[in-house]
Amino acid sequence: MIWLNQVIQGVLLGGYYALIACGLSFMFGVMRIINLSHGDLGILAAFLVWAIVEHSGMSPFVALALVLPVMGALGWLLQRTMLERSLRAGVLVPLLTTFGLAIVIQNLLFLEFGADIRSLAPAIGDLAYDSWGIGRHIYVGHLAALIFLVAVLMLGGLQLMLARTPLGRSIRAIAEDPDTAELVGIDSRRVYAAAAAIAVMTVAVGGTFLGMRATFSPYAGPAQLIFAFEAVVIGGIGSMWGTLAGGIVLGVAQNLGAQIAPNGFLIAGHAAFLLALGARLARHRLKGLA
Amino acid sequence: MSLLRIENLEARHGQLQAVRGISLEVREGETLALVGANGAGKTTLLRAIAGAHRLAAGRVWLDGADVTAVPAFRRLALGIALVPEGRRLFTDMTVEENLLVARAHGRRGPWTVERVLEAFPMLRARLKAKAGSLSGGEQQATAIGRALVANPRVLLLDEVSLGLAPVAVERVYECLETLIAGGATIVLVEQDLARALRVATRVACMLEGSVVLEGAAADMTREQVTEAYFGLSRGVEA
Repeated sequence: MIWLNQVIQGVLLGGYYALIACGLSFMFGVMRIINLSHGDLGILAAFLVWAIVEHSGMSPFVALALVLPVMGALGWLLQRTMLERSLRAGVLVPLLTTFGLAIVIQNLLFLEFGADIRSLAPAIGDLAYDSWGIGRHIYVGHLAALIFLVAVLMLGGLQLMLARTPLGRSIRAIAEDPDTAELVGIDSRRVYAAAAAIAVMTVAVGGTFLGMRATFSPYAGPAQLIFAFEAVVIGGIGSMWGTLAGGIVLGVAQNLGAQIAPNGFLIAGHAAFLLALGARLARHRLKGLA
Repeated sequence: MSLLRIENLEARHGQLQAVRGISLEVREGETLALVGANGAGKTTLLRAIAGAHRLAAGRVWLDGADVTAVPAFRRLALGIALVPEGRRLFTDMTVEENLLVARAHGRRGPWTVERVLEAFPMLRARLKAKAGSLSGGEQQATAIGRALVANPRVLLLDEVSLGLAPVAVERVYECLETLIAGGATIVLVEQDLARALRVATRVACMLEGSVVLEGAAADMTREQVTEAYFGLSRGVEA
């Protein structure tokens, strides 16, 4: 039963990983940008929510609703002012640009908020630790279940938007063939900026939930980026449901690793990532030989 | 008055000058066939008119308005649609989605998804199929339909018969002839001289980036065009 509980906790943790990973996957799928500042943007959103909650006493969920449009506008602005230009200079330049952006965000947060560790858990009351007990050994946390539900709804919403809306079709057309997309009337600059705005809003949700389920500090972004990157690689880049599956595999691997050995949490997650990466490379090589 | 006018158009591929000072006019309802050997600059000229290739010099006018500085994505809304060489469909999207994406950004007008399906009946059963799974003929029909749903004032067609089975070419040209009979304004790049002469009202033959022969299709013999095609009669005016 303990092992089953660990699997269930891993699945729920996977929902959180999918939340932080879907924007990374979305941005790479559309713009071919690996945004190294992705985790830091999530942490920035968490700090903004924390600051609003601290100053106004409002619920973090209401504060998140206020922060989301700000983060969307920030994503739009980043694309139009920085990423768009760096994309024109080749594939490596956006990597350096977003790496630099990550450093800037971390240090600005340090400057403003200091090195103290923060959490949004006190602001959500019982939700932070309440759970449903199933039998003697299985517990499902209310917050973990909520995060998983939000992840499913967000990924489903994104999938639906990509499949059914004119913006979604434009995004998919540009992701497949940007030159031809322009010939069918799609303004790639606008669509890229909209995609960046969506990606940053999704990681803002992820960052806020991180603040509710754990702690965060100005330098917590890179660790979140690594988990997001691993979930994306395991699940397949550009696929929304694949990202959820990738997050779940990563979460389950980490929890089972932790059950085997106290320091097995991270090692098992990285091992799952390396196995998935190896399997993908082997499949590509086999395809090349066929 | 001409619907499409290009003036001293020049375009380059790096150091190579692909189009050298070409001036052409296309009147409303006219079909201009651009013929010439591989590398003559036909595709570059068409892409330059659509805004997909940067001009080194010259101007493009649509119905009296200078559209030279207008980006490619806005030219569709103004009425210039290109069916690119090799179809360039969005293969991961369905036929319907390929049509809808162009419809959303094109001009309002008589061409709808339903009308495209009437013009290309073979697409009706394949509407929900991924474009990448279609046959060559079906893909070409989709590519032409995608341009038509934008209700273009000038339709630019690049090598629509390239890589298609003879039966599929026949089918695509039957549809084109219906379009032409309906009064569409078309600039057609075609390597098959017989077909180009059959459907065009005017023909311009290109060689090494320049137009070496231009005139009414009805006044030209196949021998004249063939000579210009191979550079045996530079500077001929029909």
